[in-house]
Amino acid sequence: MTLKEIAEVLEAKVLCGHDRLNEEHESAFASDLMSDVLTLGDYNPVILTGLCNMQTIRTCEMGNLDIIVLVRRKKASEEMIEEAEDEGMVVMESDFSMFKACGLLYQGGMQPIF
Amino acid sequence: MHLEYQVFEADFVNAGAASSAIKKTLKQLNVNPQIVKRVVVALYEAEVNAIAHAYGGMIYADIDADKIIVKVVDKGPGIPDIEWAMQEGNSTASPEVRNMGFGAGMGLPNIRKNVDRLDVQSTVGVGTSVEMEVRFV
Ligand SMILES: Nc1ncnc2c1ncn2[C@@H]1O[C@H](COP(=O)(O)OP(=O)(O)OP(=O)(O)O)[C@@H](O)[C@H]1O
Ligand SMILES: [Mg+2]
Repeated sequence: MTLKEIAEVLEAKVLCGHDRLNEEHESAFASDLMSDVLTLGDYNPVILTGLCNMQTIRTCEMGNLDIIVLVRRKKASEEMIEEAEDEGMVVMESDFSMFKACGLLYQGGMQPIF
Repeated sequence: MHLEYQVFEADFVNAGAASSAIKKTLKQLNVNPQIVKRVVVALYEAEVNAIAHAYGGMIYADIDADKIIVKVVDKGPGIPDIEWAMQEGNSTASPEVRNMGFGAGMGLPNIRKNVDRLDVQSTVGVGTSVEMEVRFV
């Protein structure tokens, strides 16, 4: 799916990385635990998470993961958006639950990593 | 090149600052991006552990042409059973630490997976030292 399509199906608000919305991505990974997202080796899946603090951005930065979907009505702080922008990340916010967001992306053709 | 950073107990606001600085340095030195990622993931896990589970400490990094050696030395309380702590899923993270997104019990196993050499030493009541080496070639 393109990032634009992902934003549409999740009815998500894109906070930064607007210039990257035409990128096409194949895989996604969902977790609220940050060490989990650091187990992914060289993959760069779309990350869905309900964890919404500076560590979300920091951890993704460490793992070279640069597309983040905040689910469960979580709202990113100004500080988070600034840091994500500096890193060239795409960050969006969806009001949907983790289950619904994952289900919709799976239905749209996004693949799991394992 | 020798670099040093101090980290403080429960200082989640700055957790990752040292790892981030070392990431930038390695990038500037043109180290292969996949190797940079391995170093940074391992170091970040160790940095967060010193902040989340220990009373803070120091990070020492030595970079030369073909490898990086990083040592994270904290001020206690130490790990009573290192073998237990090294197993996937084992964690004593407090609710506060879990709220920050940590406590999967994946940090030490993650470190082991990403480095070429790992040496964890710990004395209860004194502190823990995590030394890791990643070779660039
Ligand atoms: N520096 C340390 N000082 C004291 N205890 C530690 C230290 N590092 C790890 N531990 C102990 O080892 C356990 C496992 O550490 P590990 O990094 O694998 O998982 P975690 O930190 O609990 O969760 P995660 O890293 O997945 O967020 C910790 O829960 C803690 O009990
Ligand atoms: Mg840990």
